[in-house]
Amino acid sequence: MTAPDILTTEALSVTFGGVRALAGVSLAVREREILSIIGPNGAGKTTLFNAVTGTCPPTSGRVRLHGRDITAKTPDEVARLGVARSFQNLKPFAEMTLLENVLIGREIHMTSGMAAAILRLPLFREDEARQKRRARELLAFVGLEQRRDHLARNLTYGERKMLEIARALALEPSVLLLDEPVAGMNPTETGFVMELVKNIREQGITVVIIEHDMKMVMGISDRIYVLDHGELIAEGLPHEVRANRAVIEAYLGGGHAPAH
Amino acid sequence: MNARNLRHDLFFYLGILLICVPFLKIHTLYVLPVFLGAWGLRRFADFAGENRLMVTLRERTVNSVLAHRRVTVGLILAVALLIPLGASDYLIEVFTSVILYAILATALNITVGLTGVLVLGFIGFYAVGAYTTGILTAKFALCGFWIALPLSGLAAMLCGILLGIPALRLRGDYLAVVTLGFGEIIRIFLTNLNGLTGGPNGILGIKRPSFGLFTLDHPRDFYWFALAVLSLVILIVARLVDSRYGRAWIAIRENEMAAGALGINVFRKHLLSFSLSAFFGGIAGSLFAVKQGFISPDSFTFYESVLILCMVVLGGIGNVAGSVTGALLLIAAPEFLREFSLYRMLVFGAVMIAFMVFRPSGLLGSRVIAQEIKDRADDGP
Repeated sequence: MTAPDILTTEALSVTFGGVRALAGVSLAVREREILSIIGPNGAGKTTLFNAVTGTCPPTSGRVRLHGRDITAKTPDEVARLGVARSFQNLKPFAEMTLLENVLIGREIHMTSGMAAAILRLPLFREDEARQKRRARELLAFVGLEQRRDHLARNLTYGERKMLEIARALALEPSVLLLDEPVAGMNPTETGFVMELVKNIREQGITVVIIEHDMKMVMGISDRIYVLDHGELIAEGLPHEVRANRAVIEAYLGGGHAPAH
Repeated sequence: MNARNLRHDLFFYLGILLICVPFLKIHTLYVLPVFLGAWGLRRFADFAGENRLMVTLRERTVNSVLAHRRVTVGLILAVALLIPLGASDYLIEVFTSVILYAILATALNITVGLTGVLVLGFIGFYAVGAYTTGILTAKFALCGFWIALPLSGLAAMLCGILLGIPALRLRGDYLAVVTLGFGEIIRIFLTNLNGLTGGPNGILGIKRPSFGLFTLDHPRDFYWFALAVLSLVILIVARLVDSRYGRAWIAIRENEMAAGALGINVFRKHLLSFSLSAFFGGIAGSLFAVKQGFISPDSFTFYESVLILCMVVLGGIGNVAGSVTGALLLIAAPEFLREFSLYRMLVFGAVMIAFMVFRPSGLLGSRVIAQEIKDRADDGP
């Protein structure tokens, strides 16, 4: 079970004023695994994603991608290096069409420059056509191909989540961070996302998921990390984590855990 | 009646009252037609918004305009080309002003409309362009207009980059205030840098450009030249909007954080849109200098910056055709209402308020409206 580590954090800490949102978290994501990060609300899960992607620079500690230090990188640099993410509170480009939303993710793969765009050179047309083709493939992959010319603001909640995934995949990342991809979804939609995540992994992409939905977490995770009050309290296979005493206490409230 | 309607009514009648103020001085009776006209317009708008036939008609029009974009653009261009043949010299001058402001509004639309960065001192770039041309061709007579024109654009662009590098790290209102300061600093520089700019007296005797032996002295010839420049600017901007650059700008406007997470370098794209705006602003300034033959700091006040911003908002944020329409409305209309020139700002204020309430997306709207109609057509049975 020893695929090499792709993304690691070393004693990662984030402090907001006096509040320690993350307190020395060291974890390792292995190549091509589906890793879940769970924990009660306010445990620091989203802060962890923010610290890894440079959205919220860590107070101390290191983040490494393929062994390379990416701690001081800005969000766009991290994205270019191959770490894509979705957001918990969705951020689609509301006044753009679905296709354009995904094309923004293709931006880093575009090769034609400004002069080519102004003069409409063949170089520009080919580049646009190629990226649009890929964007349509990705929309088809998440089941939104039919609605590619609709504005993102007219999508339902679930559709927006799918759009965020397609947009993140457009980067062709090596690691995909999903922040609560099935929150607020019905069981059918959840099932669809689970299949989707498995397919994404089949394509060789490592997936890290923050999720509260235990059916999803237990159903697809290879491994699970548990965060509470900014600290890692457990790590292991799904069945190990489920039986972990510290985890049960964190979820049910310390001291009030039911005795066996 | 719900609260929203009540608020609309309140704004509506207040706006009318404001518009009526200048008329009151002349004759109280003038108020009546204004009021009736506004009321009728409003009833018509309500009717048009609900009546099935009118809605279909509107959607058909929008759709056919979109489908035959080339024809529409060709028609508008043909009319614009023919205007000087039938108009007096005075009218041609007015329309030339419209064109210059249309270039400015199109340029400002890149930052304000597409990228979502509020710039309050845009006239500063116009001034830099105008003075670069004035200084190079008249004051020191270093070169001709054809060399000065691109240099004016580049000088404004350089100012844009120098201002943008520190300022674009700020957000929203703070950035707006910095750009406001920039516009004022430029004006004060021009007033006090006597040796270079001629101080409050400005620069005189800027010659009109010429092609070999043929000089663009006649207002008509200059109008056509300005129209050609405007067309080129619109073509460039429209093509950029419909490319990875325009998409990135709009994405940043919609959500900076998401754009960053998708690998877009927000700062660099901001700087690009800012310097492009400045470049075209400088080009417009250069045209202004040769059109007037005389420039002074008085032409580059804060009022002008607000005026250009009004054009962008009125025409439709992020809509290139809207900027031109806004320029036409705000420059041409006041010329025909000269008696009320004292109250111009008052009327502008009222119109802006009315737009905020009734049509926040501007006269032509952003392209979103057209897309909405298409969406509905797709979803329909």
